[in-house]
Amino acid sequence: MAITRDEVLETALLARLELAPEEIPALQADLAAILGYVATLAALDTAGVEPTTHAVPLDCPLRDDVTAPHLAHDEALRAAPAADEGCFVVPAIIGGDAPEGER
Amino acid sequence: MSDPTTVGAAELRERIARRELSSVEATRAYLDRIARRDGRLHAFLHVDEEGALARAAAIDAALARGEAPGPLAGVPVALKDIFVTRGIPTTCGSRILAGWVPPYDGTAATRLRAAGAVLLGKLNMDEFAMGSSNENSAFGPTRNPWDLQRVPGGSSGGSAAAVAASLCALALGTDTGGSIRQPASLCGVVGIKPTYGRVSRYGVIAFASSLDQVGPLGRGVADCALALEVIAGHDPRDATSLPAPVPRYRDAAGRGVRGLRVGVPTEYFGAGLDPEVAAAVTAAIESLRAAGAAVVSVSLPHTEYAIAAYYLICTAEASSNLARYDGVRYGLRVERPTLQGTYRATRAAGFGPEVKRRIMLGTYALRAGYYDEYYRKAQCVRTLVREDFRRAFERCDLLATPTSPLPAFRLGEKVADPLAMYLCDAYTTSCNLAGLPGMSLPCGFTAAGLPVGLQLLGRPLEEETIFRAAFAYEAAAPGSARRPPDPDALTGAAGAAGTAGAAPAATAAEPT
Amino acid sequence: MTPPVVYEAVIGLEVHAQLLTRSKIFSGSSTEFGAPPNTHVDPVCLGLPGVLPVLNRAAVDCALRLALATGCTVRRRTRFARKHYFYPDLPKGYQISQYEEPIAEHGAVDFEVGGQARRGRLRRIHLEEDAGKNVHRGTTSLVDFNRAGVPLVEIVSEPDLRSADEAAGFMRTLRQLVRWLGICDGNLEEGSLRCDANVSLRPRGRAEYGVKTELKNINSFKFVRDAVAHEIARQEAVLRDGAAVVAETRLWDADRGRSAAMRSKEEAHDYRYFPEPDLPPLVIDEAWLAAAQGQLPDLPSARCARFVADYGLPPGDAATLTAERDLSDYFEAAACAHGDGRTVAHWVLGEVLRALKRTGAAATAAPVGPLQLAGLCDLVRDGTISGKIAKEVFAHMVTTGRGAGAVVAELGLARLSDPAALEAACRAAVAGNPRQVAQYRAGKTKVLGFFVGEVMKATRGQADPAVVNDILRRLLDAP
Repeated sequence: MAITRDEVLETALLARLELAPEEIPALQADLAAILGYVATLAALDTAGVEPTTHAVPLDCPLRDDVTAPHLAHDEALRAAPAADEGCFVVPAIIGGDAPEGER
Repeated sequence: MSDPTTVGAAELRERIARRELSSVEATRAYLDRIARRDGRLHAFLHVDEEGALARAAAIDAALARGEAPGPLAGVPVALKDIFVTRGIPTTCGSRILAGWVPPYDGTAATRLRAAGAVLLGKLNMDEFAMGSSNENSAFGPTRNPWDLQRVPGGSSGGSAAAVAASLCALALGTDTGGSIRQPASLCGVVGIKPTYGRVSRYGVIAFASSLDQVGPLGRGVADCALALEVIAGHDPRDATSLPAPVPRYRDAAGRGVRGLRVGVPTEYFGAGLDPEVAAAVTAAIESLRAAGAAVVSVSLPHTEYAIAAYYLICTAEASSNLARYDGVRYGLRVERPTLQGTYRATRAAGFGPEVKRRIMLGTYALRAGYYDEYYRKAQCVRTLVREDFRRAFERCDLLATPTSPLPAFRLGEKVADPLAMYLCDAYTTSCNLAGLPGMSLPCGFTAAGLPVGLQLLGRPLEEETIFRAAFAYEAAAPGSARRPPDPDALTGAAGAAGTAGAAPAATAAEPT
Repeated sequence: MTPPVVYEAVIGLEVHAQLLTRSKIFSGSSTEFGAPPNTHVDPVCLGLPGVLPVLNRAAVDCALRLALATGCTVRRRTRFARKHYFYPDLPKGYQISQYEEPIAEHGAVDFEVGGQARRGRLRRIHLEEDAGKNVHRGTTSLVDFNRAGVPLVEIVSEPDLRSADEAAGFMRTLRQLVRWLGICDGNLEEGSLRCDANVSLRPRGRAEYGVKTELKNINSFKFVRDAVAHEIARQEAVLRDGAAVVAETRLWDADRGRSAAMRSKEEAHDYRYFPEPDLPPLVIDEAWLAAAQGQLPDLPSARCARFVADYGLPPGDAATLTAERDLSDYFEAAACAHGDGRTVAHWVLGEVLRALKRTGAAATAAPVGPLQLAGLCDLVRDGTISGKIAKEVFAHMVTTGRGAGAVVAELGLARLSDPAALEAACRAAVAGNPRQVAQYRAGKTKVLGFFVGEVMKATRGQADPAVVNDILRRLLDAP
C-alpha cells in the first residue's frame, strides 16, 4: 500500500516528531511495507462483528470520592527539565500552538 | 551451603526461611555474579547494590527476630526496567527517560517488597517494550547467555537472560505480544503471561494498554508459580484488574495431566517453523500424552491475521501512550525557541527508530477517516481471534504450540527488516489479542545448543491448568532446562561480540 | 427592487462545568481551588509513566443528576475515549473524554427571554477531565497542574438559539440549574463554568446552516451576550459585503469589545479519538439510575410554579426566590413556620436579601435564620410590634443573632396598648395644645390625627394607635 511523502510528513507533524531528511524515505518505505502487510485484513469480512476493545469483559470499577495524599511539591517538580515559581516552565505558548477548537 | 545462585527462587526462599543461609549471603553471591558476568551479557541497566544489601540485612534481621518470612523472603529478584520503582532510575530502555527517578512505586514493586523480595536492579529491554530481540534498547542490546552472538529475544530480553545466566533468582517482565514468552523460549527459562487483568498494570510503563500484562520469568515452573501468587490479584489502582481470587499455583505440582485434553492447533505448525523447533515441541507434546493427557487437533483459523491486527492495535495505543513524553514534566528536553519545535526535537532525539516507526504507524492508523479501516477493523479481527480460541477450548483444556518459530537468531540479523522481526511473534500475539494466559517453558535444544520453548495457552483465568501441565512436563523431562555455560567459557565469544557491530563499549569491556 | 436579505442567527453553546467533587475524576488529589501551584497533584494527574485512571463515582453522580434534570436519555453503557493533542497543560498528550457513547443525550433546557418561553435542546452531556493551567510570562510559560484532572461535564446544545439574548438566557438558566443541583458552583469568572459559542448566519427561511465560527474566552454573562451580538453583527457585515464567513476559532476580547481570530499556524489537528483501553465501559444499572432520580430535588421551574400556586406569590417574586435553591429553601422554611407566604416573601425579598448582600453570607448561614424570621412575622401579625418597629427589631436580630422576642423584650419595643398606661400621655397631649383642642371642639375633628402623632412621638412609636384614638376621642369629646 502506498503512503506518500506528504502523508509521512503530516503524520510526523501530528506525532510531534522531527524527521531528518534521510529518515523520511526510509520511514516511507517501512510504513508502506507494514501497511501493505496489514492490508491483508481487508480480505476478512467483519460485517456484523463487534470490535473487542477490552480483552476481558469487565464493568468500569468506581472509586469513592475521597482525597489521598498529594505528591510533595518538590517531588512533583524534581524531574522537570525546567521549573520556576513552583511551576513547570516551557517555551512561550503562542496562539498557533493551541489546538484548533480546543481553547 | 554451596553457591546460592544455583537454585531457583522457590528453593532459595525455603533455605533462607530455614536460616540455612542468609539473604545477605545470597544477595552478595548474586551481586558478585552480576559484577563478573553482566559486562558481557548486559542484562542489567541499573544495579542497586547498596539498596539490595540493606534490604537483605533487614530481612535477615526480621527473620532473626522470629518474624514470619514472606513468600519471597530474602530472595534476590530483578525487574524489567519498565516497572516504576520509587527512588531507583527507571528508563523503559529509552533515552527519553534516561535519568528519571520515579517518585512512586508501582504495584508490582510494592507487592514484591511486601513479600520480602530483595531488588537487585533493573533489567535491559527493547525501548518501550517494542521489539523481539532487545536490540532496540537505547542502552545497547542484551546478549543470549547460550550464545553471545545471538539475541536473547525481546522485549523482556534482559529478564530472560538474567534468569538464564543466574544473575537473579527471579525476574519480572511484561508481555504485550510475546515479550515474556519469546525471550523465555530463546533463553531456556520459564515465563508466564497471565490472563489480561490478572496482574495490576499500575506502575508498568504502558506500551499497548489493552494488551500489556505482567508476568514472572524463573528457572523452574515452581519459581513462576510462587512469583505469580505474590503479584497476581485485584488492584483498585488498575480499572482493568480482575477481582478474582488467586489460587495457590504451586499446588498444581504433582497433580499430573491425566484427563487433561491438550489441543494442538494445526496453524501453529505450518510454513516458517524451524524443523528443529518443530521436532522438540512435538516431542514435548508426546511426553504430555505419555503422561496421560489426551492430545487433540484443533484449528484457529484466524491465526494468519493476528499479527496484522496486533500491530495495528499496539501501534495505535503506543502512539497514544507515548504522547506524554513531551519534555515538560520529566525526561529529556531538547530546547528550541518555540514550544512546537521543542516538542518535535525532544521526541526526535529521545525515541529510537523502532519506537518512531510505531508511533508513526499508530498515528497514521488513528487519523480521522482511517480509524474504521485500521483500528476498528483490527479490533473486529480481534473478536474473531477470541472466538477461535473460545471454540477451540470447547474441545480441549489447554493448547500446546511452539513459542517462537525460530531459536535465538544472530544480533543484527533482522534489524534491517522490521516486518521480518514482527513475524517472530507469529505464535504469541493471538494470546494477547484474546487476553489468555500463556506460558513458555524449555523443551530441549537444537543441535547447536540453543533452547527451544513449548508454549501452553489456557482459558481466561485458568493459569492453574497451565501450571498443572507445566509441572508435569518439567517432572517428565528433567533435562529440558539446563544452566548455560559461563560467558567466559564461550570460546571467542568476547571477540565475536566485539565484531558484531552493535555492541557498545560498555558491553565489550568485560571485567575479568 | 428586491428587499434586503434578512439574516437569522443560529447559535449553539458548548458549556464546560467543573463538578463539585472532593477529589479529581481519576485520582485522589484535591479539587480545591486556589492552592499554590502544583501542590494538588499526584502521579496520575501529572501523567507520570505507568499510572492508570480510576473513575470517581461522585463525578458520575453529578453527571447523572444533570442528565435527569434536563430530561436526557441516560446511556446505560457508556464509554470513555482518548482525545489527542499536544499542549503543555495536558499531561498525557490526550484528554480522557467521551466520544461515541456519551453518558447522556437528547435533553433540553427551558428558559425565558423577555417573558417568552424558549427551549434549548441538548445534544449530549459527557464526562471528561480538565487540563492544567498555563500562565504566560514573556518568552516562557508556566504550567500548574492543580486543575488537571478536575472532573468536568461538557454540555453541548443543539443550534436552537437565535439571538444573543437567547444565548445569555440559556446560559443563565443552565447556571441556575447546575448550582441548584449542587454539581457546580457556576463561577464564570473563576472558570468553574465555561462557555464556547458556535455562531452562524443564514437568510431567514433557509434550512441549511451557514459557515460557523467558534467563540472562546467568554467568562461572564455580559460577555455571552456581548460576544455573540458582536459576532452576529460581524458576520452580517461580512455577508452584506458579499464575502464569505471563514470557519475559525475566535477569542473574545472583553476589554476591546471585539473578537479576533486565533492565529492558526500550519499545524495539523486531528484528535485521533479511540476507546480508552484503561477504563472498561461504565455500566449504569437500574438501581443507580433510580437512586439518582430519587435524590433529585424539585427543579427551579417546578418550585417557582408551586410558590405561585401555594403561596399566592406574583410570578416575578417567585422567580427571584427560586433563583437559588438555598434562598428558596430559606423562604419555604420561613413561610411554613409563619403561615403567610406573601408576608414572608416580602421580608425575604427585602430585608433578608439586603442583609445577605451586606454580610456576604449564604442563605444557609443567614444572620437571621428562617425560623427567626417567621417569629418576627408572628409578632407583627399578633400586634406585639408594628411593621415599622419590626424593621428595627430585624436590624438588631442581624447584629446580635438573637430571636425577635428577645430583642423586643430587651429593648422594650413591645407595642403599648394598655389604656391605663397611655391615659397620661393622652392627657398631656390634650393639656399642652389648647388651640388644637379648641379647633377640634369647633368641629374640625381632623386634628385628632395631630394628637395621635403627639402621643406616638411621646411613646417612641410604640403606642397602639387604635387605643390612643379611643382615649383621645373620649378626652376631647368630653365637654
